[in-house]
Amino acid sequence: MILVFVETDAHGATETSQETLTVARDLASRRGDDPVHAVVVGPDPDLAAVADQLGALGVETVHHAEGNQVAEYAAAAWAATVVDVARSLSADVVAAAGSPRGSEIMAHVATRMDAVMAANVVAIDTVTVDRGEPLVVTRQVMGGSAFEEMRVASSPAVLTVAGHATEIRTIDAPSPPSVHAFEPTVSGTDLRARVVRTEQVERDDSAALAGARVVVGGGRGVGSADGFSDLLELTQLLGGALGVTRVVTSLGWRPHHEQVGQTGSRIAPDVYIACGISGAIQHWAGCQSAKTIIAINADPDAPMVTKAHYAVIGDLHEIVPAINDELRRRRTGAENSTSIT
Amino acid sequence: MADVLVCIKRVPEISGQVALSDDEQSVDARHVGFTVSAHDACAVELATQVAGATGGNATVLTVGQEDATPQLRDALAVGCARAIRVDAPTETYGPADVAAAISQVVRTNETEGSTYDLILLGNDAADTGDFQVGVRLAYALDRPVVTGIKMVTVADGVVVAQGDGPNAIEVFELSLPAVVAVMEGGVEPRYPSVPGRMKAKRATIETVEAGVRPVGSGRVRLKLPPEKPSLVEILGAGEAAAPALVDVLVKAGVVPG
Ligand SMILES: Cc1cc2nc3c(=O)[nH]c(=O)nc-3n(C[C@H](O)[C@H](O)[C@H](O)COP(=O)(O)OP(=O)(O)OC[C@H]3O[C@@H](n4cnc5c(N)ncnc54)[C@H](O)[C@@H]3O)c2cc1C
Ligand SMILES: Nc1ncnc2c1ncn2[C@@H]1O[C@H](COP(=O)(O)O)[C@@H](O)[C@H]1O
Repeated sequence: MILVFVETDAHGATETSQETLTVARDLASRRGDDPVHAVVVGPDPDLAAVADQLGALGVETVHHAEGNQVAEYAAAAWAATVVDVARSLSADVVAAAGSPRGSEIMAHVATRMDAVMAANVVAIDTVTVDRGEPLVVTRQVMGGSAFEEMRVASSPAVLTVAGHATEIRTIDAPSPPSVHAFEPTVSGTDLRARVVRTEQVERDDSAALAGARVVVGGGRGVGSADGFSDLLELTQLLGGALGVTRVVTSLGWRPHHEQVGQTGSRIAPDVYIACGISGAIQHWAGCQSAKTIIAINADPDAPMVTKAHYAVIGDLHEIVPAINDELRRRRTGAENSTSIT
Repeated sequence: MADVLVCIKRVPEISGQVALSDDEQSVDARHVGFTVSAHDACAVELATQVAGATGGNATVLTVGQEDATPQLRDALAVGCARAIRVDAPTETYGPADVAAAISQVVRTNETEGSTYDLILLGNDAADTGDFQVGVRLAYALDRPVVTGIKMVTVADGVVVAQGDGPNAIEVFELSLPAVVAVMEGGVEPRYPSVPGRMKAKRATIETVEAGVRPVGSGRVRLKLPPEKPSLVEILGAGEAAAPALVDVLVKAGVVPG
């Protein structure tokens, strides 16, 4: 039995949670129709819709923990709830997305269940599954520059799944899962660290980013929050969306919902123009589906350059304004020629 | 006054490609330098800020071999008052073992009558990326813990910690003693001053033995991603390449021709 902790947002289960369920489903079928259950914690506005979505991913039962004690995020309390469900099902694999929240909760779950946790898994070795041996997983290490094969010799095996390393796959002929809603009782100890307030609530525009035909990307090479003005102008000229790296959101230069990559959005535009982005695997995971990738980078050996279809080498603060000028020049050129004819 | 313990890990300095040792158990260290993760460096900065603001001390600790001494000295140079190395063969250690070794030091310290009110760690180590030492340590010490934290302040026995939630900044308030795992980005690690460096050079590093029977990391082997040949077409250098780039946009159908 496999239990997946599923995160939800305004659009339902998050993309990385859906990917995790796909990995779980693959493992379950390899074992011969092992059931996959999902656990959702906290208030969810539309659980019926989420349940349908999870059913299509092969989930048999959705456990929904709600009520006052889990209304606010508290990792220990949420993990205690996941552990209760895992124990009641005798789950031998507990998994979540390798998102900040998924990683935090799985660390608590692993500790509470005296289990081994493997973070950022990209694949599960089928040979060990077929033999019924402890799982051997492949996971990202060294910031994505290498992989580790790791034996997860505990029951349950606790896993986080690296974001955007898997395609979401729905199953044929899904049936609606049964929904089991319950109100957990949580000990005071597990509420010692909980969110007491939130600040600077962001408008989540990530849907616009995910659907854009053109995405202009900016990384550390942009240099500052103000440095983005040229990129924003290019974005506007192309009618596209701006996407950034984790470095950029960490430094507070741009809001979180603009992050592209393993712990951000996955984009699939016709064109991605990556400016001042080195092309780390976690970023690449989010942008590799772009049909045409153009890198603008000072370093001709940057992975973003070598992996791109096209590249321009040099300072983005010279190149991007020149592109903007060229676009404006061609546009007015086109207008002039239409007015002549 | 809050006494702070900050835990750091010596990791290979990797940018892009790495080479592996012949036994595939580690990174080939012949051509790389060593450092600490950006998260750890921010944890050190926050530790010295909290200690400074409350009139307490910051102690830096690593579980590792003698070769981790430079990383401890770097932390001393930017304001940590003491440095402890828990001597352990870290290649046989997994995250649970590291947490156990750190918790022993904290417990021993408590039996001697002093506490580390706040323990800071990095959110995830740049090499093994296990995402769990801080949480395991907190459970071993029966303390509250939060991860993914960018800003920490301490007042009146309470630590206020801020991190990025899914769509807002989330604020946590934890009573001391507590454990916090830090993400980079909230503070800028400071550069060591010359006197700071001099002091760090002379400081003694306290060494204690780790009394842990390791369960290990489960590592079977490391492997490298398959190399793909580059198919990039270089359009040119500098602003002169702008027209060629716009031509590509036209060809891709996102700019009218
Ligand atoms: C678990 C985990 C999850 C992660 N998730 C994500 C994620 O979702 N998204 C993400 O993006 N990252 C993620 N990261 C971080 C990722 O590993 C990289 O650190 C990050 O993508 C690097 O960002 P960057 O390219 O902006 O910065 P850098 O790697 O510092 O690269 C900057 C680039 O800019 C170039 N440059 C500098 N100046 C100029 C100039 N004037 N003109 C042109 N080029 C210039 C440089 O040559 C360099 O190539 C994650 C990491 C981990 C460990
Ligand atoms: N050997 C070690 N010695 C001291 N601290 C460590 C060690 N290993 C990990 N840590 C701390 O735990 C954090 C998270 O590591 P991990 O859970 O392994 O990803 C790191 O950023 C360090 O702060």
